[in-house]
Amino acid sequence: MSNLLEVNQVSKHFGDFRALNNVSISIPKGSIFGLLGPNGAGKTTLIRIINQITMPDSGTVHIDGVLLNENHVKDIGYLPEERGLYKSMKVGDQALYLAQLKGLSKAEAKERLKYWFDRLEIGDWWNKKIQELSKGMAQKIQFVVTVLHQPKLLIFDEPFSGFDPINANLIKDEILRLREEGATVIFSTHRMESVEELCDDIALINKSNKLLDGKLMDIKRQYKINTFEVGIKTVDNLMLQNELSDKFSVSPANFKTLDNELKLNIKLSNGESPNELLNYLTSKGEVSHFVELIPSVNDIFIQTVKNNQ
Amino acid sequence: MNHLPLIIKREYLTKVRNKSFIVMTFLSPLVMIILVSVVAYLTQLNNEKVRTISVLDESGLVQDVFKSDEKTTFNVLNDMSLNEAKAFAKQTEAYGLLYIGDFKDASEASKYIQFYSEESPSLTLISDLEGQLEKKLTNLKLLDNGVDVDMINASKININIAQESFEGEKTSKTDSVVKLIFGGAAGYLLFMFIIIYGNMIMRSVIEEKTSRIIEVIISSVKPVQLMFGKIVGTSLAGITQFIIWLIIGSILLTVISVVFGINVMQTQQQEIMNQAMTNPEVNAQVQNFVASFYNLPLTNLIFAFILFFIGGYLLYSSLYAAIGAAVDNETDTQQFMLPIITPLMLAVYIGLFTVIEDPHGTVSTVFSFIPLTSPVVMLMRIPFGVPLWQQLVSFVLLIATFMFTVWFAAKIYRVGILMYGKKPSYKELIKWIKY
Repeated sequence: MSNLLEVNQVSKHFGDFRALNNVSISIPKGSIFGLLGPNGAGKTTLIRIINQITMPDSGTVHIDGVLLNENHVKDIGYLPEERGLYKSMKVGDQALYLAQLKGLSKAEAKERLKYWFDRLEIGDWWNKKIQELSKGMAQKIQFVVTVLHQPKLLIFDEPFSGFDPINANLIKDEILRLREEGATVIFSTHRMESVEELCDDIALINKSNKLLDGKLMDIKRQYKINTFEVGIKTVDNLMLQNELSDKFSVSPANFKTLDNELKLNIKLSNGESPNELLNYLTSKGEVSHFVELIPSVNDIFIQTVKNNQ
Repeated sequence: MNHLPLIIKREYLTKVRNKSFIVMTFLSPLVMIILVSVVAYLTQLNNEKVRTISVLDESGLVQDVFKSDEKTTFNVLNDMSLNEAKAFAKQTEAYGLLYIGDFKDASEASKYIQFYSEESPSLTLISDLEGQLEKKLTNLKLLDNGVDVDMINASKININIAQESFEGEKTSKTDSVVKLIFGGAAGYLLFMFIIIYGNMIMRSVIEEKTSRIIEVIISSVKPVQLMFGKIVGTSLAGITQFIIWLIIGSILLTVISVVFGINVMQTQQQEIMNQAMTNPEVNAQVQNFVASFYNLPLTNLIFAFILFFIGGYLLYSSLYAAIGAAVDNETDTQQFMLPIITPLMLAVYIGLFTVIEDPHGTVSTVFSFIPLTSPVVMLMRIPFGVPLWQQLVSFVLLIATFMFTVWFAAKIYRVGILMYGKKPSYKELIKWIKY
């Protein structure tokens, strides 16, 4: 699969402050790419460089193999974290204006806006001013304006902030649908559960440096700790625990069960297979719970950032 | 992609459709005219009150100079002591009592003259009385010394110096007045325009920042383009407003003078007109005025006005835009306004005081070259005739500074529009240039 976006060795300083240090990322075409990092890591600077709002000190950005230039404005849809609309301008006029700035003709913009407004059932807002709408409503308009010109690359910075769960879900479905239609999405957020749910690839930036990147599943595999969460019904919980402690490295686990089972996290050392463990357990009692612990993005995030400090 | 026309159109329409803009456009000429009318009416009311002034002349030599007119009635008292006269004046609610003691010598009369009143009297009245007394007493003194007053009056000669430049261009005092009016109006107009619409540009930049739309916009257009679009769009709205003000102003003036002015203004005007028809001197003055107007270097004036107006306005408005970008809200703009307002005020004061005194003096000339003051000062100087090379040098300097300022403002603008939450210091602004 070819890459839509190639960021190569990009650095950026603001005075003495280093915002990005030789950061390189590749974003495969048609993927949803999670750009993660703590506050102040440099995510927004990187996004602004891709949007040509900020110029990098060094390094290059290519979209579809072409060095970033003015014509790429129409290929990118950007929903910034700090976002808003003209308060006293009418919704329709405003959307038309922003669409035209992205290179659409007025007639074309009008037609597409009508489609989107019908789709999101907000058609009767056309003549309202933004200050008459709620925050969530304004966010919907903003979303429409971001995707209206059918860009190849969509950049969403905290897209779900300000939405209630129903609308957040609606927007999530729209993002997935846009991906189906061929768009590539960069997704920057602190909500790790949406990263788990949506992203195919991720990159983690901390203090101007890229710490890790790649396919989400590959990264999870790297971070896997060979640990299984086990629930087992037995006559004497304490005795079994002692027995297991002798054979494996064991720590108490915490999850909900129906009966008073023995709950443990069991870490396998190299060479031991999960089947061996399972066989051993079934010989000791009734196994009600046997799950491999996959590190969550949240765990990976916290662990990587902590190790970096 | 060139989005400039689109941005200009939006800025213009937003400004023009804005409610407070519309209200300002239609209300301010009305308010101005009502204010002027009220002031005129009140002055008239004040003038209509008749003052009675009691006069006690113990010398008996001067009381006949005081002639009552529609504003002041003089009431000459006889056979009273000073105290009786005071009591009488107070009782009859006279405005005051003018007491002239029995002086022996007109030279020393001043010591004997006194004005008594309830409140301190109006300055114009006192100087009026002084004038009349001085004239009368001087005549008395002349008579005492055996000089024929009629002879002196007959020997008075009026001088009106005719002026002509070495190139043979005739000028007159009227010319200077006309030049002053045109130069002053042009300079002052530019000053007002910069203050009003510069502020408007600044506010609209701040609005984009506070509404957080700015990042969406500059992901589509270059910040410099946005800044220029703002400046041009707002200026066009400003020009529209000025034109509407001119139209409404002249209509209202006509209406008011027709409805209310029939008794006062119209008749006075007609009188003046009649006088002008019959009186050759006034007629000549009007002709003089018209001639002075055509004597102005009109082509030069118009071209210079357009060029210096645009140059000066753009120079300052880009600074206003930069300030708007640097701050988060209007209250934070104060500290940055000073460096803009100071040269502007300086220019206007130099224009109003120095240029009028000596349009080609060192101070006027130097300040008509310094770029921040040159637009205003040069516009005020040009009606008096400024060599072309001076105008060109000044304009080139202005354009050079303008380009530097725009570069500087664009830098501040680019960085500033994305900075939230803190009020930058001058030091930080300088740092932004390097970003």
